[in-house]
Amino acid sequence: MDWMQIISALALAMFIVILFPTVLDRMKNSPKGTSSDWMGFVVPMIVIALFVMLLIALV
Amino acid sequence: MNQNYSTVAQRSSSALATNKVLRNTYMLLSLTLLFSGFTAALSMFMNMPPMTYLISVIGGMVIAMFVLPRFANSTAGIGIVFLITGMLGFGLGPILSMYASLPNGGNIITLSLGGTGVIFMGLSAYALATRKDFSFLGGFLMVGFLLVLLAAVANIFLAMPAMSLAISAVVIMIMSGFILYDTSRIIHGGETNYVLATIGLYMTIFNIFISLLQILGIMGNDD
Repeated sequence: MDWMQIISALALAMFIVILFPTVLDRMKNSPKGTSSDWMGFVVPMIVIALFVMLLIALV
Repeated sequence: MNQNYSTVAQRSSSALATNKVLRNTYMLLSLTLLFSGFTAALSMFMNMPPMTYLISVIGGMVIAMFVLPRFANSTAGIGIVFLITGMLGFGLGPILSMYASLPNGGNIITLSLGGTGVIFMGLSAYALATRKDFSFLGGFLMVGFLLVLLAAVANIFLAMPAMSLAISAVVIMIMSGFILYDTSRIIHGGETNYVLATIGLYMTIFNIFISLLQILGIMGNDD
């Protein structure tokens, strides 16, 4: 293991620690979505996944 | 009657303010992306070592988290956004040089760049056209992002290519969600500062581009 991997791991760990209170806050205070709201999110995500698969096929 | 006029005036004033934030965000985002392209080309021309990426990303993130919020409401904030995006672009140079040296590296870079553009523009157009409120995604996206960061830390030690591929795929999905969430926040007045809105959208584009590079690099490598 070289020093770049150690620094990467430390930087990510620091980022996780800093981010954690924001994650808790968003979890508590985000409004709940209806099933229609979630469909409006899931459908474009499926399109993105298919698009990435198309890019993989093109490379 | 007067109250009705007042409500209509308030709504149109709010819509104008939202449009202004949106216009300024896209203007600043375009300029920062061009500037990043320039610093990435400069970094490639200078043949910077791979550690440049790590230093630039850590430096850029520290400035974005601790310095930018203090200056976000002043003109200095615009300069800081250019500093962050310039640093991140400069850090991309060695990564792009590495991919460019692969047999089909040019193709991988072009597809990643084009793919990132299509994903960003498609999702932005979707959020703008439907005007849906994606604020309900806040908790879900943040938890997902936290889990991906934990998986990334684990994979530094495990070094599994399949896990790396899975992490990149999940990052693309989460960042796509953040594009919807951030754009929706601007449309619905949740984000009124175009400097902060720009850096948020820039980070999603940067992460999608890096993840696409990684996925196409692994899948496009015949060895």
